[in-house]
Amino acid sequence: MFSRDRWKEILEVLTTNWFRTVLTAFGVFWGIFILLLLLAAGKGLENGIRQDFGDVATNTMFMWTRRTTKAYEGLPKNRNFEFEREDVQIIGDNVPNLRFISPRNQLGGFRSGGNNVVRGLKTGAFDVYGDYPEIINQEPMKVTSGRFINYNDIDSKRKVAVIGQGVRNELYDKGEEVIGTYIRIQGVNFMVVGTYKKNGDDDEIESQKEIYVPFTTFSQAFNYGEEVGWMAITALDGTSISSLKDRIVNVMKTKHKVHPEDTRAIGYFDLYEQFNRVQSLFAGMRWIAIVVGTFVLISGIIGVSNIMLIVVKERTKEIGIRRALGESPWSIRKQVLLESIFLTSISGMAGVSFGSLLIYGINSLLDSSGPVDMFINPSVSVQVVSSALLLLIISGLAAGFIPAQSAIKVRPIEALRNE
Amino acid sequence: MIEIKDLHKSYKMGSNSLHVLKGINFKAEKGELVAIMGSSGSGKSTLLNIIGMLDLADTGEYVLDEVPIKNLSETKAAQYRNKFLGFVFQSFNLINYKNAIENVALPLYYQRVGRKERQEKALNYLDKVGLKEWATHLPSELSGGQKQRVAIARAMAAEPKVLLADEPTGALDSKTSYEVMDLIQNINDEGNTILVVTHEEDIAHMCKRIVHLKDGVIVEDKKVEQVRASEYVQ
Repeated sequence: MFSRDRWKEILEVLTTNWFRTVLTAFGVFWGIFILLLLLAAGKGLENGIRQDFGDVATNTMFMWTRRTTKAYEGLPKNRNFEFEREDVQIIGDNVPNLRFISPRNQLGGFRSGGNNVVRGLKTGAFDVYGDYPEIINQEPMKVTSGRFINYNDIDSKRKVAVIGQGVRNELYDKGEEVIGTYIRIQGVNFMVVGTYKKNGDDDEIESQKEIYVPFTTFSQAFNYGEEVGWMAITALDGTSISSLKDRIVNVMKTKHKVHPEDTRAIGYFDLYEQFNRVQSLFAGMRWIAIVVGTFVLISGIIGVSNIMLIVVKERTKEIGIRRALGESPWSIRKQVLLESIFLTSISGMAGVSFGSLLIYGINSLLDSSGPVDMFINPSVSVQVVSSALLLLIISGLAAGFIPAQSAIKVRPIEALRNE
Repeated sequence: MIEIKDLHKSYKMGSNSLHVLKGINFKAEKGELVAIMGSSGSGKSTLLNIIGMLDLADTGEYVLDEVPIKNLSETKAAQYRNKFLGFVFQSFNLINYKNAIENVALPLYYQRVGRKERQEKALNYLDKVGLKEWATHLPSELSGGQKQRVAIARAMAAEPKVLLADEPTGALDSKTSYEVMDLIQNINDEGNTILVVTHEEDIAHMCKRIVHLKDGVIVEDKKVEQVRASEYVQ
């Protein structure tokens, strides 16, 4: 394949008319550059939105109780019922492939409102959750000081609390030590053992103004007994929670004697489904980037094809001479194809390099100037780059094909005739 | 060496058909130096092109060195041209971005001769035409006579069985013409078969045999006393 003379010739041909070669190369360069930039921008937006989703385990559903709407097994309709702690065990036993089943309870927020937390002279209205330690995996947060709830807290019903950055800002002075201090939640004192910060959001937002206490402590301190407010259920990776949710709901219907056709008694929210919608939006965006970029690239390739046709036309006589001297048609075709592939590959690689350099530049600019809303780390993967290069070689081949055919159609006698 | 029987060739010009060769019978032995003469339109170039496998005859037989030439694919024709034939053209037809030695080495490259051997052979042939010192010059830096001599070296480099020259002196003044003819005679003296198409009487008489074409048929085929071109060259 590699022949010194052939490559020498390719370079000779392409360098005879520098300006034209550079202009042609620019078409392909620009095409691949735009393609790369579009993909990177799409990725940046995707990363940004993803961060807004936080690291929330997206394969999760939330489930709560409402009133029954159908009479069943001697029980009337419009009946109130609550999930209980043993339901967690029952779901776990009856539905496979579940990773976490977290029972949760809540004080404050939209249910009661009003100031419920007191520290010294300061008061505030915050959401207070009774939770198991697993919740940190389902609703990830960064523990910024101290620790999160653990199973010793659950077992011995310790009155400890983990407070959000927003809570800290409202109840404490700047620089004040938080760990080890006490806050009073609805008349019960809790020791603060940790602070958290949720990803992405700033301190003023609601999700930073939450207080987490052990589930068991919560139940006892606020008289919830066995009651479970709602559950956050996460499936194992590889199984979508959407495929399991009917089984989970049915298990609960049986347990709580709800009519099997009563669709309103148990409410749920499927986060996975929502997440999938966003996912398909990004898939759509990626497609648009690929389609637009490819069209730009195609116009560049047509440019190459065009120039190769002109080059062949210009060299008609030379090709005729070569044919007369005994060069085989295949060799001429190979020559034209190689020139075309060489031109597209080189200019394409330049486009890839320049594009990557620009993306790198944007990234370091973003890093140094702080985060921008909904736009984080624009990038393209190695697979994308390598398939772009493959695409270039194929398109070089395609661009050279028609000119190569027209080159071998040159009959030596006709080429030599016009003198 | 060359044997042609009842060769016909016509070109289609729109709805008309132009009958260029009307039954050519021609034979050339090894070592002959034949001039093909005729006015323009007589079919002499067409005949040369058919002999050179650059064009195909409509009917008739053509045997070159006991190989029948018919139904050739383009690849096969290219191979035969490379192996059997050397071409010299009126307008030299050197490749202008390649220097003299690269031009001469070109047929050898198509024979897949190794790079080093190619260079050696090409230089050797350049030496034969007296242009060794000009090996690395581009055609644009050479005079007309020098270009034609490079072209002759190129034609000879592949050691062809027949050398075909189409008006080799057509673009040269008479002094350089004689130099080129001297070279062609020397190559012929070494035993090579050469066909020269020309319309100049003096050039034709430097060959050993003259074939006259008129309106697509051979009207005269005679041996002549060869005039040595060296008599005119100082």
